[in-house]
Amino acid sequence: MPKTSLDQMKFILATDVGSTTTKARFFKKTENGWRYVISGEAPTTVEKPYEDVTLGVRNAVREVEELTGHKLLAPGGKGILMPSRSNEGVDLYVTTSSAGGGLQMMVAGLIRSMTAESAERAALGAGAIVMDVIAIDDGREIYQKIERIRHLRPDMVLLAGGTDGGNMKDVVEMAEILKAAQPKPRFGISYKLPIVYAGNKFARDHVKDLLGGVFALTMVDNLRPTLEEENTEPARRSIHELFMEHVMAHAPGYDKLMKWTDVPIMPTPAGEGMMMQLIAKVFNCNVLGVGLGGATTNIYSIYDGKFVRSVSANLGMSYSICNVMKEAGIENIMRWLPFEKSEDDIRNRLRNKMIRPTTIPQTLEELMIEHAVAREAIRLGFEHHKTLARPLRGARRRGALWEGAEISDVFALEEIYGTYIQMMNVKIIAGTGGLLSHAPRRVQSMLVLTDGFRPEGVTRMFQDSVFMMPHLGVLSTVHSQAAWEIFDKDCLVRLGTLIAPNGTGKPGEKVLDFKFELPDGTTIKNSINFGEVKRIELPERVEADAFLDPTGHFDLGEGPGKVVETKVYGGVVGIVIDARGRPLKLTENDKERRRMLLDWFYALDAYPKEFLDKIKEEWV
Amino acid sequence: MKASQSSYAYTPGLKIKRAMIVRKERKLPIPGEVLVKEGDEVSFDTVVARTFVPGDPFILKVARELGIEPEDLPSYMLKKKGDRVEKREVIARYRTLFGLINKECLSPTNGVIEEVSSTTGRIIVRGDPKPVEIKAYILGKICEVMPEEGVVVETRGAFVQGIFGVGGETNGEIKVLVDSPKDVLEADLIDEDCEGKIVIGGSLVAKEALQKAIELGVRGIVVGGIKDTDLMDVVGYEIGVAITGHEDIGLTLIITEGFGKMAMSRKAFDIFKEFEGYRAAMNGATQIRAGVIRPEVVIPHTKEISESKLELEEGIRMGTIVRIIREPYFGEIGKVVNLPIELQVIETESKVRVAEIELEDGRRVIVPRANLEIIEE
Repeated sequence: MPKTSLDQMKFILATDVGSTTTKARFFKKTENGWRYVISGEAPTTVEKPYEDVTLGVRNAVREVEELTGHKLLAPGGKGILMPSRSNEGVDLYVTTSSAGGGLQMMVAGLIRSMTAESAERAALGAGAIVMDVIAIDDGREIYQKIERIRHLRPDMVLLAGGTDGGNMKDVVEMAEILKAAQPKPRFGISYKLPIVYAGNKFARDHVKDLLGGVFALTMVDNLRPTLEEENTEPARRSIHELFMEHVMAHAPGYDKLMKWTDVPIMPTPAGEGMMMQLIAKVFNCNVLGVGLGGATTNIYSIYDGKFVRSVSANLGMSYSICNVMKEAGIENIMRWLPFEKSEDDIRNRLRNKMIRPTTIPQTLEELMIEHAVAREAIRLGFEHHKTLARPLRGARRRGALWEGAEISDVFALEEIYGTYIQMMNVKIIAGTGGLLSHAPRRVQSMLVLTDGFRPEGVTRMFQDSVFMMPHLGVLSTVHSQAAWEIFDKDCLVRLGTLIAPNGTGKPGEKVLDFKFELPDGTTIKNSINFGEVKRIELPERVEADAFLDPTGHFDLGEGPGKVVETKVYGGVVGIVIDARGRPLKLTENDKERRRMLLDWFYALDAYPKEFLDKIKEEWV
Repeated sequence: MKASQSSYAYTPGLKIKRAMIVRKERKLPIPGEVLVKEGDEVSFDTVVARTFVPGDPFILKVARELGIEPEDLPSYMLKKKGDRVEKREVIARYRTLFGLINKECLSPTNGVIEEVSSTTGRIIVRGDPKPVEIKAYILGKICEVMPEEGVVVETRGAFVQGIFGVGGETNGEIKVLVDSPKDVLEADLIDEDCEGKIVIGGSLVAKEALQKAIELGVRGIVVGGIKDTDLMDVVGYEIGVAITGHEDIGLTLIITEGFGKMAMSRKAFDIFKEFEGYRAAMNGATQIRAGVIRPEVVIPHTKEISESKLELEEGIRMGTIVRIIREPYFGEIGKVVNLPIELQVIETESKVRVAEIELEDGRRVIVPRANLEIIEE
């Protein structure tokens, strides 16, 4: 823990050791509270020939030193100067890390949709990439499971299964499979692979007999003590501890870095997840978030107080861009383009981005192609997320039943439930990641987030300005006030508010009458027809009273045709009214589809007008 | 936000060297025995280290097979934990009614009884360890031995990195099939004489040419580009994430420039021309992520080593020869003639660091520095 008390702190340094780049962020306490000062970045040095992660950290921090004149590095490579004195040193140093591919885990449970799914949620919530989920009913024969486990080289295994006092035999069988497969850790062949056992507590002795000698075994409370209860916290905590003790300790240079920091190193996505949770806490509402990276897409939901993170390890905007193409289908990417290109051309372009992942779009055509991929990456990532954000399977359910329901209905043991996330109840969507923060016009990010998530009702949209959610996430574990002040003032970009009625109709059919009363007394009154979008300027930190009157079957949350009176919040984009309908459908008529896309882009001022005019002339 | 004046874009290029010292680490997956010593001369296929990996495990549901309770299993076992068993040997037996009912459980493999569980009623039989051998991969000399782990092999030779590949390690004689790096490698250029060789094409390999090469037993193809759909047809599936090297398509393929039709870099092509007839090693394994692995061709030879004029680590400077690696000038080669310090607004409206490039035809264009790749002289 830091030696300086929180109220005495003047300077804070935070780093994120990413797969390719180490990013340092420097924060200072001013008269107006904590503020972000500057960034420094340098290539990560976890790989050969350096094999010492602290070199990259020092290079990134040195850049901060050069830019500020504030001395930060202790002489002789001995870490960070602490505590601060006038123009040198900091009072707190924290870091996150995803170098070397982050924390890669394999999880195992009994029933795929029950304990195995709970185990998956626990591992994901701890910031891991889940390489595979092994379950008794996963459709694979024992030998196939063994073969698969032998091929994986995870950093850690989470084994769950059985409620306390419930099934024991199957849990032990799963442990036998692990023992038979003897998975090897990714880093180094000389240390024991950590296994966290979070299953039936009465099977512990058997599991210990089987796995104790071969693996570094840790026992924690059952993550599914009863079918009605999911308790992932002890497993999650244990995963974090083992991440430090085993995985990080074996990654080059981390032994040193661990001594430099005031609090344990946190996996990057765990830091990001903490900030998403902070948003939900501060605004007191349901939040959806996305971390759209080059290799992975993380989706976060905080819904009715429940936090779920999903990671689509192979959906991303550079390294994994071709996997988005593969999973979504090239036609689903091309449907977002207002111009015509051959499928071969788009395929080759995406492949070339994959093999040269650090390149950036130079032309507007290329930018639109990347935005098209981003929409699909978020859509697919969210689809995946919804399979995890759902009620506990196998739990006896009460309430929300129809009139005259029988007791057998109440206690139906196995029910097919979809996600519990209702878009109408999501009040904030927040995005982070290179593509979003580098979007030349913020409205492009808002559009990508909208088309990826398809929000309904009235939803505020946020993104980060400078990539520092992970930094602030780990900082929030020590100094939540500083983390929030910096986040609020220097990181969080309020894009604006999206108003999207649920329902579909015919082009030209009126969807909504709306009226906004601005604080300066101005009133904006208008209506919108089906298939249209409208953008209304409303600056950041300005609120307006909205009177929204949907027609007929269109619904903004109060029911079809019911008026909604609410506050809407401004942003760099303002208010966007999206009457394209939910579910959002694009026509299959190519020319018509291109015309529609262009209409939307014109209405939102999403791309330069001259460029859109050129496309219109050529393709519509 | 201020931009650091001291930082510069580090844009690594692909290594294309006519002559250099190439060192290759050859490591076992788990500790084992190194079969060569420092200074030994080795060839491409010399086995340099060997180990045994644990054999395949078999989980047998013995209690269920014998019709007994799991907790009774130990009393019906003919073998105990740690015992050696042969294939089809009886390891557990349940006999009752004076032998009228006789159920047996046979070992599915030669190996050892690893686990007997009276909780689950199952046993694990571990098959005999399987040998794993590591070859030298290149022709050269052992320059370092890592006891129990492996060796480093060193050679003098040409070294050409590609941008993407499929298929693993192989070796063969270099045969250049086209006259210019701009030519397409068509099927009719491939004949029986290409069997067992590494053939060099120009800007594109057509699908038919790839298929014919596979049929005729060509070991490897090195070419400027390939169409994504052709690659998909030959591999049999769409490659999602660029982690390759394990594909089994009958040969190893390396593309040096990218997807689509793209002339092979003149320098790489000239190296293949110069060393036509030499035996080379190649590996298509590619990993585009942290710890980048690019596919490669190593051509051991004893010709003079010329000093490199430019070290990649210097970054982009005035006069640096670069390749543009993104539209709208993708594949063009030129010289850096201006490196403005200030960020500039490009067509997308992004403000980025740029370079002014004089293309080979004399045109001058502005390109984001992120879209440049240094070509080593």
